[in-house]
Amino acid sequence: MNKAPNEYLLHLADNAVVLGQRVAEWCGHGPILEEDLALANVSLDLIGQARLLYQLVATRLGGDATEDSLAYFRDDTEFLNYTLLELPNHDALVGYAASDMDYATTIVRNFFYSALMVLLWDKLQSSTDADLAAIAAKSLKEARYHLHHSADWLVKFGDGTEESHQRAQAAVDHLHPYTEEFWTPSAQEEAAIANGTAPDVRALHQAWDALVADTLATATLKRPQTQGYVPEGKQARHSEHLSYLLGEMQSLARAHPGATW
Amino acid sequence: MESAKAKIWAALEHLTDPEIPVVTLRELGILRDVRVAVDGSLEVVITPTYSGCPAMGQIEDDIRASLAQAGIEAHVVTQLAPAWTTDWMTPEAKEKLRAYGITPPQRRCADEAGGGAHVLTFMPPRPTETVPCPRCGSHNTTLTSQFGSTACKALYKCLDCLEPFDYFKPY
Repeated sequence: MNKAPNEYLLHLADNAVVLGQRVAEWCGHGPILEEDLALANVSLDLIGQARLLYQLVATRLGGDATEDSLAYFRDDTEFLNYTLLELPNHDALVGYAASDMDYATTIVRNFFYSALMVLLWDKLQSSTDADLAAIAAKSLKEARYHLHHSADWLVKFGDGTEESHQRAQAAVDHLHPYTEEFWTPSAQEEAAIANGTAPDVRALHQAWDALVADTLATATLKRPQTQGYVPEGKQARHSEHLSYLLGEMQSLARAHPGATW
Repeated sequence: MESAKAKIWAALEHLTDPEIPVVTLRELGILRDVRVAVDGSLEVVITPTYSGCPAMGQIEDDIRASLAQAGIEAHVVTQLAPAWTTDWMTPEAKEKLRAYGITPPQRRCADEAGGGAHVLTFMPPRPTETVPCPRCGSHNTTLTSQFGSTACKALYKCLDCLEPFDYFKPY
């Protein structure tokens, strides 16, 4: 059996755990009870996907590696997630709608990411790495529900009130440039493409564009121009936000290494 | 060996899902197989439901405890592929769910166009099934939220008897 490079598996795992952690910040703070539950469930799915991938890498690394050592004892400069996923749940803190928890930002990010993952997991189902293919087949089912959930809310916001429209548009304008990172293969992606364990992400660009354009049009939202800086989170060059996120996520495990309960 | 396997099936026959205690693990399709491993030991094969389902740890513990109680030595093996699907639920499980107040899946996932292996250009097909109320049987129901008390369920409301209810989503 072919094996996907560990760094590629970590890229997928880090994506899931970092977004899972961000989405979990809504737990107990959701705008309505149903959404509080929905986001907790989305977060659980993502953390579950991350666990399956970390467990796979830990098994392949052998030695002392465990899912916990990979999630809790790697530093921010070793994480390989997209920058998009580590950004806080809000836009720049200026203007009349300034709040450190903005639901439109969360929904738009979940939409951009799950639109990508529905395409990517679908392709990864036929990866020549059978373990990765098995994880992809499970994760695809979950990503589809995440996509429907976020797309439905995006349309409600965009085609809703004047304020919900403005805030959804602000979130799209803020986050869309970060999606450029999806389409430039990193070294680990190139390695996975080369050994036949992953598809070329560039081949998914057109389908993603169509899905996003279609949903934004239904939501009466404008799609911003894509140009300028391409983030490099998946190459372990992150924004400052990841350090704080990991600081919170890893503090307990690092304060009490090996603790069980 | 066949009798040892039968003993294991019997020991686990009444083991139920920790969150939906009216259906057994076998009926849900979580308990997949009892088989002999390469080294001659016995293996109980389970397939996880949702990736983040917090009940999976409990399910493994429950199986180990039941095996120990019956004095049986066997390993519990988690198998990811083929991925668990609600298509594996037995008709009895579906009826038990309904009687318990949870509408069972109304759609077979394997019947979806391409079974998920097709190339998506736009939004993947949306659920189009009607979801009957588990209490009054009315088809006049509406989706409240795509996620309910657990990841595997959605929240619905009956527009006739006005009761809210859970729907076990096709997966």
